[in-house]
Amino acid sequence: MAEAVEFKQIGTSPVRPDGVDKVTGRAQYGADLNLPNMIYGKVLRSPHAHARILGIDTSRAEAMPGVLAVVSGKDFPDAEHGEIGGEGGGDVADLAKNIMARNKVLYHGHAVAAVAATSQRLAEEALAAIHVEYEVLPPVLTLEDAMKADAPLLDENCYTKNLPEKPEKPSNVAAVMQLGRGDVEKGFAQADVIVEGEYRIPMAHQGYIEPHACIANTNEGGQATVWCCTQGHFEFRAMTAKVLKMNVADLKFIASEIGGGFGGKTVIYLEPVAVLLSRKARRPVKMTMSREEVFRATGPSSGTLMRMKVGARKDGTITAAKAWMAYEAGAFAGAPMGPGAMSIFAPYNLENFHVEACDVLVNKPKVAAYRAPGAPQSMHAMECAVDELARELGMDPIDLRLKNAADEGTQAPYGPKFPPIGLKACLQAAKAHPSYTRPLPDGAGRGVAAGFWFNVGMQSSAEVHINENGTVTVVEGNPDIGGSRASMCLMAAETLGVPYENVRALIGDTESTGFSNVTGGSRTTFATGMAVVRACEDIIAQCKARAAATWGVDEDQVLWEDGQAVPAPGVNADVKPLSLADIAANAAKTGGPLLGRASLNAQGAGASFSVNIADLQVDRETGKVDVLAFTAIQDAGRAIHKAYVEGQMQGGAAQGLGWALNEEYIYNANGVMENAGFLDYRIPVASDLPMIDTQIIEVPNPSHPYGVRGVGETPIVAPLAAAANAVRDAIGIRINDLPLSPPRILAALENAEG
Amino acid sequence: MSKVHVTTSINGEQVEFLCAPEQSLLEVLREGLGKTGTKEGCATGDCGACSVLLDGRLVCSCLVLAVETQDHEVTTIEGIATEEGLHPIQRKFLEHAALQCGICTPGLIVATKSLLEKHPDPDETTIRYWLAGNLCRCTGYDKIIRAVQDVAKELAYPA
Repeated sequence: MAEAVEFKQIGTSPVRPDGVDKVTGRAQYGADLNLPNMIYGKVLRSPHAHARILGIDTSRAEAMPGVLAVVSGKDFPDAEHGEIGGEGGGDVADLAKNIMARNKVLYHGHAVAAVAATSQRLAEEALAAIHVEYEVLPPVLTLEDAMKADAPLLDENCYTKNLPEKPEKPSNVAAVMQLGRGDVEKGFAQADVIVEGEYRIPMAHQGYIEPHACIANTNEGGQATVWCCTQGHFEFRAMTAKVLKMNVADLKFIASEIGGGFGGKTVIYLEPVAVLLSRKARRPVKMTMSREEVFRATGPSSGTLMRMKVGARKDGTITAAKAWMAYEAGAFAGAPMGPGAMSIFAPYNLENFHVEACDVLVNKPKVAAYRAPGAPQSMHAMECAVDELARELGMDPIDLRLKNAADEGTQAPYGPKFPPIGLKACLQAAKAHPSYTRPLPDGAGRGVAAGFWFNVGMQSSAEVHINENGTVTVVEGNPDIGGSRASMCLMAAETLGVPYENVRALIGDTESTGFSNVTGGSRTTFATGMAVVRACEDIIAQCKARAAATWGVDEDQVLWEDGQAVPAPGVNADVKPLSLADIAANAAKTGGPLLGRASLNAQGAGASFSVNIADLQVDRETGKVDVLAFTAIQDAGRAIHKAYVEGQMQGGAAQGLGWALNEEYIYNANGVMENAGFLDYRIPVASDLPMIDTQIIEVPNPSHPYGVRGVGETPIVAPLAAAANAVRDAIGIRINDLPLSPPRILAALENAEG
Repeated sequence: MSKVHVTTSINGEQVEFLCAPEQSLLEVLREGLGKTGTKEGCATGDCGACSVLLDGRLVCSCLVLAVETQDHEVTTIEGIATEEGLHPIQRKFLEHAALQCGICTPGLIVATKSLLEKHPDPDETTIRYWLAGNLCRCTGYDKIIRAVQDVAKELAYPA
């Protein structure tokens, strides 16, 4: 793709088409719809982290007037093993058992029964009338405990996968994996300096402000319509069909507006329960989670333990790197150890490395994707180790990274050779940025770190309708979580050559548009955007054909320029150009309405690298850390909507800083999360943060018509280590574990004073 | 327990409703009166998504009993725009891309209205502390703060 491309609309920041409804309260989110004749569903949750269910007596609840349906595990089809794809995918049986426990509860908050009643209050009273008899088992709450040979087992049938031979005994280690190249021992022997460290990060939550919500309306013919907040209604439909053993054709999913997800709304919790309750009650059933339920029973990120060893020569060349990593999966297998292992060394051109990763069951909620799943934890460890290496070598940390930086042609640790990537451009921009050389106040520290995410393509569909006046409706299937309608409209407007204001984007339901994978993996602007561009090109081809027929020339004698059909140079046609509006107005005479479409499995997603600079100040009396300044530099490939790209970078920075400085799941000895609310699980508020500086680097992705890489996930990766490295710089003490909350800082300071 | 009859004013309109004594204003607004622009993020007063004005004072509607609004005036997000169109706060939030998912936006706009009534020309720190009760997980607040600064400038110094 040529470098000096002039765009008319790409890269601007117009107001989003769905904006007015969102600032006036009109936009309907998951819990905002109410249907006639609707009743309310609620879930009974386990008070134990680990227990066998001996019996569930729902008779008292069922006898209560106004209670119209009660379900528990026995009302669901048998949970049968089978793979289900997608970001929220995994084993169908695990998915089913997570939604409603069968013979065992595996975490505090695990669903054991549900009711539907004519009021919320009545539904809650009915839950209290259900009696569950438990045999309480010892909970397994830490990675170390879970991996002990004599640890209590969450699943007696769990045999570690990917070992050379099936192990003789079951364990809590669901799977292991290894990744490597070269000879690490030889590499370490060549090193002049070696750093080693052990890094721990507890579970953290995505923290979207909108709790999960849905309405299911099942009719007497067995067909159900589900209206819910989701990152992907097609995948929700597929998962619900599998869990309930329903025909996909009998399920219609409509995505509401979505109040944040960050990966956490790629997986179903309430939807099959609501469908069953609605089937039993023969009424529409609305279910909403409380904030406490969101914390206790929806996917957080994995708690992790990383053991690192990195060696380098005096000139800064990294000769070997080794990582052992364990990821908490929660109650069911499927922690993001794969992406964690594949991303940890991605910014570096390494001859010798080795990674071993473990997926470990613990009695905590099943983890879900959280923005670049797996990478923030693993890359925190490497980026802290590289910072220590720079200190040992007396090198500038950016120079050290430049010395070893992956570039076009470097073989990525996960296999392929990188096409053009923007890591070096980000590092150079960071080095030149005023934020890197600005004097620091007394007691403050500065940290830098690199970030990375693969980005994905996957399947998308799009249709483009040309209205009778030449305006444009784009229909696609990806819930708009952060302004993607605006990006789709911009790409359509640019391709067709029409004003942005003439284009509107609509998220179709599962019956009104083609399949699309989730809004996740930073794929929407890349993959669905590609489908929108292809559908617009389909429109252009049709317009050229119609202009050719109108003018009596061949199709290849017509060009599309600035939103109109014009005769090609040299074509002897005394005709006026035909705009999209002209062609639309005459559509009936030239073959009927104009409808363009495209469906694809997008290939060539472009990796997005970043570099962050954090300035932090530590209060040595209280241990509180203040963020003085933060600069995020990231390769977007191409920013379609500039302000929303900046917004992704700023939002990811804030989430990463929250994770680094304050956020964590705190458990008591019984496996009960003790801070299941926004008061005690404190995400960053406006007064915690400064303005967040952004610099967008554009190294276009050759696989996308406009060069898009995808930007949503990379921004959360680097802030963890950037913050940790800044604290190291500020207090002179390396703290390996997160969060860097006041108690941990104070303990480190006291420990150092001896 | 029998329901209570309440007469109140919402966005300048007299409204009557029946509610249980323990029902929150948030619950009645959303489930009873169909005013779903006010959002529930926590129902414990920690997130500010349900912010409304009660006699001009910024409150979390999840922490107000519906019966407490008898003879008082409630302003919700649905009452911010006027006949002339969007309120300048709403317009600036759009122009500055100060929302991503938009779930916190109604609460933040109501809170900003309250802020600017008390502090027409606030500095950045004042804005950040006023809005510290309204959680946003998407934006990192940067563009929200800039939108508020811009609208304050426009309202204080009209062109």
